Amino acid sequence: MLPSAIPTPEDFYRVLPEVLWCGFGTLIMLLQPFVKNRHFFTFLALTGALLGTGLSVISGAFAGPGFHGLIESDAFSVFFHLLVGTVAALVVLAADPYLERENLAAAEFYALLLFATAGMGVLAGAQELLTAFVGLEMSSIASYVLAGYRRDSLKSGESAMKYFLLGSFATAFFLYGIAMVYGATGTTLLNQMGAGNPQSNLLKLGLAMILIGLCFKVAAAPFQIWTPDVYEGAPTPVTALFSAGPKAGAFALMLRIFATVPAATHLWFWAFWILAVLTMFAGNLGALVQTNLKRLLAYSSIAHAGYILVAFAAVTYMTSDLNGSAGPAYAAVLFYLVSYAMVKIGAFTIVSQIGGAGEKHLSIDDYAGLGQRQPWVAATLSLFLLSLLGLPITAGFFGKLYIFKAAVESHLIWLAVIMAVNSVIGAYYYFRVIVVMYMREPSAEMAAAPLVRFPITVVLVLLFTALGTVWLGVAPNQVLNFILQPTLIGGLR
Amino acid sequence: MVPTTYYIALSAVLFGLGVLAFIFKRNIITIFMSIELMLNAVNLAFVAFSQRTGKLDGQIFVLFVIIVAAAEAAVGLGIIILIARNRQSLNVERVDLLKL
Repeated sequence: MLPSAIPTPEDFYRVLPEVLWCGFGTLIMLLQPFVKNRHFFTFLALTGALLGTGLSVISGAFAGPGFHGLIESDAFSVFFHLLVGTVAALVVLAADPYLERENLAAAEFYALLLFATAGMGVLAGAQELLTAFVGLEMSSIASYVLAGYRRDSLKSGESAMKYFLLGSFATAFFLYGIAMVYGATGTTLLNQMGAGNPQSNLLKLGLAMILIGLCFKVAAAPFQIWTPDVYEGAPTPVTALFSAGPKAGAFALMLRIFATVPAATHLWFWAFWILAVLTMFAGNLGALVQTNLKRLLAYSSIAHAGYILVAFAAVTYMTSDLNGSAGPAYAAVLFYLVSYAMVKIGAFTIVSQIGGAGEKHLSIDDYAGLGQRQPWVAATLSLFLLSLLGLPITAGFFGKLYIFKAAVESHLIWLAVIMAVNSVIGAYYYFRVIVVMYMREPSAEMAAAPLVRFPITVVLVLLFTALGTVWLGVAPNQVLNFILQPTLIGGLR
Repeated sequence: MVPTTYYIALSAVLFGLGVLAFIFKRNIITIFMSIELMLNAVNLAFVAFSQRTGKLDGQIFVLFVIIVAAAEAAVGLGIIILIARNRQSLNVERVDLLKL
């Protein structure tokens, strides 16, 4: 007998966060014509984001496959729901003063943000490739609009266009890969693909094309060309979202694919080795010559995708080696995503405030003398930059340490060496910003300008991200133990 | 009856043409159309594979791809109109404010 096509209530509990995010997004759009107060929508979006994030615990309580195996609710997906939901809530808070300053409509912005977040949630829970595709598109299509949200700005429109064209191009590759995998195995359910012949060329080609599609989304070289342009042109709170949310979703899908599909594990090892090296160099060398802080952070986020890919190479090596345990390498990826998301959102929030009306002050020179003028802001930004660099007592230190350890334990010595070299290159441009902030006198124009105000919502975001960065840097064990619990990593297979 | 391999080969050719057009064309609308061509090549592949494996789900996937492609087109055309209004041109080489 065929299974009933009608979903059970448990199925809906398993997608509760997505239901809430989409529901609140729709509610905001319905209320938009009737309510004039923009802060009301901030409140509503924040409630929705936090409610969805909190109730992902309920979806975790109903662990198991939902909708006939299309999505999987387990500790792994709960982890990513918590991550993208928190990112969404922080971006809502950071966007409130930004939208007011730039005189942009608030309601649609929040609705799109929540839809994008729901897409990332679907991506993290997808156990079937077409579901993953729908999640990917939910997050991408909303992101295209968000990138072009400052309609009057030429740069914002250009950013949206580049993101849209290259994103759809990547999506087509991703889809063609799915079609090939379907042709080779007769299924798109990840946990049934293992039954197919792993030596089939069609399957290999399909997995390679899926990898290309996902590499576009996580900005891995040589598919990273769009990143600096899109990040620079998009409104800064949106850039903060791009650097944290969609990346986490795409990395979650990658992890799930090769935890469940054996063919991917063997095939992707060298691909990840090469991608990691290219991405680290592309990001770090590109960042050296930047004069615009927003663009510099965009290049740095390419470099960080490279560091994460080092851990991926370690994961693939460990799983192909039967004696090794891939647990620590998986944990390194998840821990890095958390620490990196926190730091990037904090840094971009500061850039968003300092940028001023019309985002005019994005150049590194505009930060000259910030150490004397606004010591707290300069100290917070320095903390984030040091964490991106990976200095001790910041989250970035342990993030890098775990990846380094995973690489060494998998005997990927060369990769570990290249990663260390890249960290040194990174030191140059992160320290350059700090030096400008503390050692250089502000230009006459900036010295005469009034101090940049930091409204309460932004202070909340900075407090949360800064404290989180220090907390993860001092006591990483709590998060690490949560990640290492057997149901989270072990539940993948 | 035409073997399904032919359809798959045709879909590969269409996809390749889409990629080439995406890389070499300069008009935004044409680039956008080349993406649609690639997506339709995917649809053809899905149907052909579905025919070969004797399972119907490949044909359902096509419906999903069409729906998502329509949503993407709605957003994409909106963005293209924005570019055309702001710059009075649809040549991608003129859209060059953001660079190194």
